[in-house]
Amino acid sequence: MLIGGVWRQRLPNWRDLAAIILVMAVLGFIATAGRQSVAPWAAAQQPAISLSPAALPLYASRTTARMLAALIASLLFTFVYATLAAKSRRAETVLIPLLDVLQSVPILGYLSFTVVFFVSLFPGNALGLELAAIFAIFTSQAWNMAFSFYQSLKTIPHDLDEASRSFRSSGWQRFWRLEVPFAMPGLIWNMMMSMSGGWFFVVASEAISVGDIQYTLPGVGSYVARAIQERDLGAVGWAIGTMTITIIIYDQLLFRPVVAWADKFRFEQTAAASVPRSWVLNLFRRSNLLRLVGRPLGTGLHVAANARLQLPSLPVHLRRGPLLRRLADVAWYGLVLALIGYCLLSLVRFVGSALSWRDVAEAFSNGALTLVRVAILIIIATLIWVPIGVSVGLRPKLAEKVQPIAQFLAAFPANVLFPLAVFLIVRFNLAPRIWLSPLMIMGTQWYILFNVIAGATAYPSDFREAAASFRIRPLRWWRYVMLPGVFPYYVTGAITASGGAWNASIVSEAVSWGPTKLDGSGLGAYIARMTQAGDYSRIALGIAVMSFLVITMNRLLWRPLYRYAERRTRLD
Amino acid sequence: MDAPRNPIIEFRRICHSYAKPSGEPLVVLEDINSALREGEILGLLGRSGSGKSTFLRIAAGLIKPTSGELLYRGAPLSGPSEGITVAFQTFALYPWLSVLENVEAGLDALRLPRAEMRRRAESAIDLIGLDGFQSAYPRELSGGMRQRVGFARAIVADPIALLMDEPFSALDVLTAETLRTDFLDLWIGHTLPLKTVLLVTHNIEEAVLLCDRILIISSNPGRICAEIPISLAHPRDRLGDEFRGIVDEIYSTLTLRSLETIRGHGQSPGGLALPLPRASVNKISGLLETMAAPPYAGHAELSQLARTLALEIDDLFPIADALHILGFAELTGGALKLTAAGRVFAQSATDERKRLLKEHLLRYVPLASHIHRVLEEREEHWAPHLRFKTELEDHLTRQEAERTLGVVIGWARYAELFGYDARLRRFMSTIG
Repeated sequence: MLIGGVWRQRLPNWRDLAAIILVMAVLGFIATAGRQSVAPWAAAQQPAISLSPAALPLYASRTTARMLAALIASLLFTFVYATLAAKSRRAETVLIPLLDVLQSVPILGYLSFTVVFFVSLFPGNALGLELAAIFAIFTSQAWNMAFSFYQSLKTIPHDLDEASRSFRSSGWQRFWRLEVPFAMPGLIWNMMMSMSGGWFFVVASEAISVGDIQYTLPGVGSYVARAIQERDLGAVGWAIGTMTITIIIYDQLLFRPVVAWADKFRFEQTAAASVPRSWVLNLFRRSNLLRLVGRPLGTGLHVAANARLQLPSLPVHLRRGPLLRRLADVAWYGLVLALIGYCLLSLVRFVGSALSWRDVAEAFSNGALTLVRVAILIIIATLIWVPIGVSVGLRPKLAEKVQPIAQFLAAFPANVLFPLAVFLIVRFNLAPRIWLSPLMIMGTQWYILFNVIAGATAYPSDFREAAASFRIRPLRWWRYVMLPGVFPYYVTGAITASGGAWNASIVSEAVSWGPTKLDGSGLGAYIARMTQAGDYSRIALGIAVMSFLVITMNRLLWRPLYRYAERRTRLD
Repeated sequence: MDAPRNPIIEFRRICHSYAKPSGEPLVVLEDINSALREGEILGLLGRSGSGKSTFLRIAAGLIKPTSGELLYRGAPLSGPSEGITVAFQTFALYPWLSVLENVEAGLDALRLPRAEMRRRAESAIDLIGLDGFQSAYPRELSGGMRQRVGFARAIVADPIALLMDEPFSALDVLTAETLRTDFLDLWIGHTLPLKTVLLVTHNIEEAVLLCDRILIISSNPGRICAEIPISLAHPRDRLGDEFRGIVDEIYSTLTLRSLETIRGHGQSPGGLALPLPRASVNKISGLLETMAAPPYAGHAELSQLARTLALEIDDLFPIADALHILGFAELTGGALKLTAAGRVFAQSATDERKRLLKEHLLRYVPLASHIHRVLEEREEHWAPHLRFKTELEDHLTRQEAERTLGVVIGWARYAELFGYDARLRRFMSTIG
């Protein structure tokens, strides 16, 4: 998990296994429940998607509304989940490994499950579909945000905590007065980093077909899907333009003001070199009318935050008893073990009835292909973007201009661009197994670029001057002076890029252009194929294998690499 | 003194300026004519922001001066060159390289065979007292040991000129003293082929302790305003009369420069061009109280204050300047003398202090009275930060303008002369 570019992690591994079992079992339950009640959904009442550019502003606003709804849901989830994990030792042992696994599960993989599930909750109603789309965005940001919030709660400086205790604040007051403000900068940073995933998934989740049924929600994503069906390249162009404008507006109206506002929560007491500013926020602060409207709202929030809500606590003599605590521990862990055991059993039954070892082998061989693709793409992206990022980062004026562009490109949902690439592949008859691969990293490579730029910008000027003064030769300059310095930043970017590439494989390894279908094979194509066929057990198998590969890659490669990089560049 | 010795690095009419965002040049160094001569440690002394680091970086070939001629052993110098090395204030050691590898980096340009490189690095490490630390990483070392690695790296290639950028200022007092002595032993013992040393510092005693000649550099623009030769024999006695005499002389020179700056800017139209020194009300009160009490009883030598309060010139001079500007004390020679108002301030309680500061701000700080008047005259009793900042930037650099406004805000808030809302970035009247 990354907080402000810093990865903190320290968990034993048996918990992950338990968490994987839990997650998979829940997915299985949802799918079985969904399959049984999918019948009521009438495919006939699908809204028609118009390819006229005039319809796009409306579609864009619907898409954005889903983003906002998901953001609010993620915030609520974060506050509850992370607080629970941080305050309760027992909850922590279950919730945190669970979170760790959840963020490695490919979101697009279980889209089919969640669509079926939510649709069955509201039969014959589009609300279920909306909720499924929102849930997809939610899953792309909630885990990150919850982790960040949890870490902040765990690292609140002792003296601040003691100060608020000495004022005898209630837990509720402490939460709003100390814990939320303290966690705010990290939380917002993580929200922004998750944004790109959000756009990607909202586009992917607006048009999806499970089995024979096509589910469509009006939005930019379904517009693109329709354009692909109709082979309308012009419409794709319109969608790209709309997406660009939408992201810029979203950034200016929502994130810029929030970042500028949250600056006051920075814990460091020294003044920052550059204070983030936002014209929207200034407008709000300076407008008398808005302040007048805002005042009652502010007062209301103030009163709410000041309410002395306190959970009833056990009498002291009961709380202190070591025996009682031991008993509670035993009961709790017993319960958790029983739950995991039950999940394992039903998972085996669910999967065992429909799958053979041959299926597992097939999934894994597909997984190996995707793994090779991800590895090669990361290497290629590294070779291209690291030198460029370093040269840009060492020129502050240039970096100032390039950095926002790189961030924008990272936020732009690459799946809106896929049709262009697919069109070219079809047009020139290129081999899909090779030429579909770059799509996986099209959107996420920018993380490498902008992290390396950030690293080179932060590179101490003394180090550069020393190298210049000792006239260190170019090759050795890269090897001994520059690369080790940007390495931690690079690893941060590469982790995000590779995680995103796995996710993107589900929509990029199997694509279509009108009636033409391209299949690059690989695990992503496997999951996509099974989704089209409505084969739930094999979808689950595909997701499980992908989660396994992602978690393994994180544990065996990225985490050690990050720790190594961080240890080496630290001076204290 | 014997006849002037051979110049090693020579500055001829060197000027250096940066482009301000507005486009007009910000002059950092102006008309520098000087040289690092054979057999001397040259000290470069000045307050922060006086361009001494730029001086060093020009000598090292790291920065190209805007104009003028730079000669290294008689030939023009156009970049980092063999024979000139730098020791940095922050040590600038690569954290991912071991001590040995860091030192070897100093030999990279010489393209030596592997074994020879190792041998020379080992002998530099040995010489500088780092034996046994070869495989350690910088993070495992104390500050003193880190700077020893910095020195080893700087001397490993047998330089002719060693340029040191405040090499002891990041160290604690005891460690710094040990390193100074060790360095001096190396220098005096002629263990190295080193011919000349430049020591950039803001520590007056350090300069007098180590250097054979001191250049005092003034701020804005950076000019060499005094040259003080020191012929005391090593080891020098910090408490000796001659030593103290030189220290006092340097304080007087710096005080004179301070006064000239204050006077020069004070005469500008409206007096707005007077940059205010970074001195908080707490520091001002603290110094006033110290000076009012025995043994000073209202009169103190700056050198003595610096020593007893353990203040470096970058700490002491801003406060002294502030007292002088506010009319609470008077800078004369190398001494500071309390005025009547200064005595009253030192002995008063908070309310009286606020009233006194307010009165003096209005009378002696043109910027404070200007802001006050604007706020009074305006109907809505507030004015944006930008208004005064642009006004100040006509006379001062951007940083100076920012700092000056920050200082005046701090003083005025204490005196309750006017207020400032950092969120809206606007000044407001206290009566509004």
